[in-house]
Amino acid sequence: MKLHDIAVNNLRRRKGKVFFLVMGLLVGVAAVVALLTTTSILEADIAHKMDEFGANILITPRSEGLSLTYGGLSLGGLSFDVKEISETDLAKIKTIENAANIRLVSPKVFGVFENQGNKALVVGVDFASELSLKKWWKINGDEPSAEQDIIVGSEAAERFQLKPGSFIDIKGEKFKVTGVLETTGSQDDGLVFMYMPVTQKLFGKEGKVGMVEVAALCKNCPISEIVTQIAEKIPSAKVTAVQQVVEGRMDTLHSFRKFSLGISGLVLFVGSMVVFVTMMGSVTERTREIGIFSAIGFRRSHIMKIILLEAFVVSLMAGVAGYLAGIGVTRLLLSFLSEHMPHFSLDPLVAVGAVFLAVVVGLLASLYPAMAASKMDPSEALRTL
Amino acid sequence: MSYITANKVVKEFGNGDARVAAVQGIDLSIEQAGFISIMGESGAGKSTLLSMLGGLLSPSRGEILIEDINIYSLKRDKLADFRREFMGFIFQSFQLVPYLNVVENVQLPLAVTHHSQANKKALAMSALERVGLQDKGHRLPNQLSGGEQERVAIARAVVNEPPILFADEPTGNLDSRNSADVMNLLKRLNADGQTIVMVTHSRHNAEYGDRIIEVADGRLKEAQAIRAVV
Repeated sequence: MKLHDIAVNNLRRRKGKVFFLVMGLLVGVAAVVALLTTTSILEADIAHKMDEFGANILITPRSEGLSLTYGGLSLGGLSFDVKEISETDLAKIKTIENAANIRLVSPKVFGVFENQGNKALVVGVDFASELSLKKWWKINGDEPSAEQDIIVGSEAAERFQLKPGSFIDIKGEKFKVTGVLETTGSQDDGLVFMYMPVTQKLFGKEGKVGMVEVAALCKNCPISEIVTQIAEKIPSAKVTAVQQVVEGRMDTLHSFRKFSLGISGLVLFVGSMVVFVTMMGSVTERTREIGIFSAIGFRRSHIMKIILLEAFVVSLMAGVAGYLAGIGVTRLLLSFLSEHMPHFSLDPLVAVGAVFLAVVVGLLASLYPAMAASKMDPSEALRTL
Repeated sequence: MSYITANKVVKEFGNGDARVAAVQGIDLSIEQAGFISIMGESGAGKSTLLSMLGGLLSPSRGEILIEDINIYSLKRDKLADFRREFMGFIFQSFQLVPYLNVVENVQLPLAVTHHSQANKKALAMSALERVGLQDKGHRLPNQLSGGEQERVAIARAVVNEPPILFADEPTGNLDSRNSADVMNLLKRLNADGQTIVMVTHSRHNAEYGDRIIEVADGRLKEAQAIRAVV
């Protein structure tokens, strides 16, 4: 017979109370686990989607020039000493230290053509990269499959009266329109897209690149480091991060985390109050029993140890059950919150953290009841003596 | 020589006009291996006196000495240690812990000692043998009769062989046959050298003791008081 035998035997006898206590704490722990795990998974998912959503690094030719813009309108400019990007430089991007974070490299070359008195900009692209980068594009018709295939933006289609299957003459060569983009609301609406090697040849820019869009998968990695690394590899180019995307993403993630931490704290506080009230009730209910312990020579620390041991066992059970329940709730939440089930793996750190949190909260909530029990006057507790 | 001594012990409850003196200046001397019965009407102060003698209730004034130690000068934990080593308690209504079986209930005073588990169990079985319940060790208290529960309470009180046994109405909830068994058991323990201080309403049970004192209105009755200190 040791003190823990008393604690364990009491818990065995009071199964209903133990269930209530475990449930009180379990709900709190499950909420914390569910909210934090859901947030964490959604964070990763959102970050992944945002990374996929578009380029977050731009590589443009370095030029000493003066850009004249006002209110978003380009008023022209002066450029001199333009150092064009060579197609051979593109391979260098894949050699940077954070190369694993580079998801996509999409080079572009530009040229202006005139047809029927209308001018338009041709963008030579690698269609595989471009279509992967611009997932929001909706093409009426087909994706280009042959060298002379092109797709056109909605405004360009209107201007040149094109539709899927039409042909257009560009700089003396005949191109087939396989698809027309639905209106995007961006500059893409006025452009004509064709294969990059064809564009280079057509405009006499073989081996040259006008601009490179890079999509870096960069959750928890500093985009500025990738920018620096690319700039070091291609000194002739100007490398810039699209800060708006990065900062917007960070703001979203921070808001998510703050919200879940707040809710988790509140639920856990309610759980700890349930433990506190139940343990206090239990101590009052066991007044005589505590009186006996005291009368037969248990010290205050012995009585506290019994109560805290009980709290420890209950909290441990609540921690394990709460973690499992939390994971279950997370799966359920994700099935509602996300169209597809994001990558989901059990994190042992969260499991250990959940159990630790339950034990700490359980013990803290039981500390005062344990002290109250230990301070009971044995004579008053027994009343019969 | 006096083993337990009460010097002008007073116990008051409440404050101001609501103050009530349950015990009013009792002097008492109990010898080692004595068996003293404390009698009195309900509310006379006998249970309060027993609580004070047993280190459970500190007096408002006066002192209680056991083996010349002023027990209320001890700090709370030291007093708990003192109770564990020197005193056994038999409470009214048995006061067994309902979720512990008989052997575990008897082992309770040993739970915070440094005996080995095997030794604790052996001591508990030995105590149960003394009260004739060695075969019912694994039963829960609610599976025993009133007399058996009282005997378990006695086994628990004597398991660590304390020199003093305090009993508060030990037969209060028993029929006459079980009462006689319990009183004979206490008599045997006393014969083995344990000092017994018992509170009882029953004159018949009081006569198992070798001395009887009567308490009325918080004081020893004159004649009995003289007899008690002789």
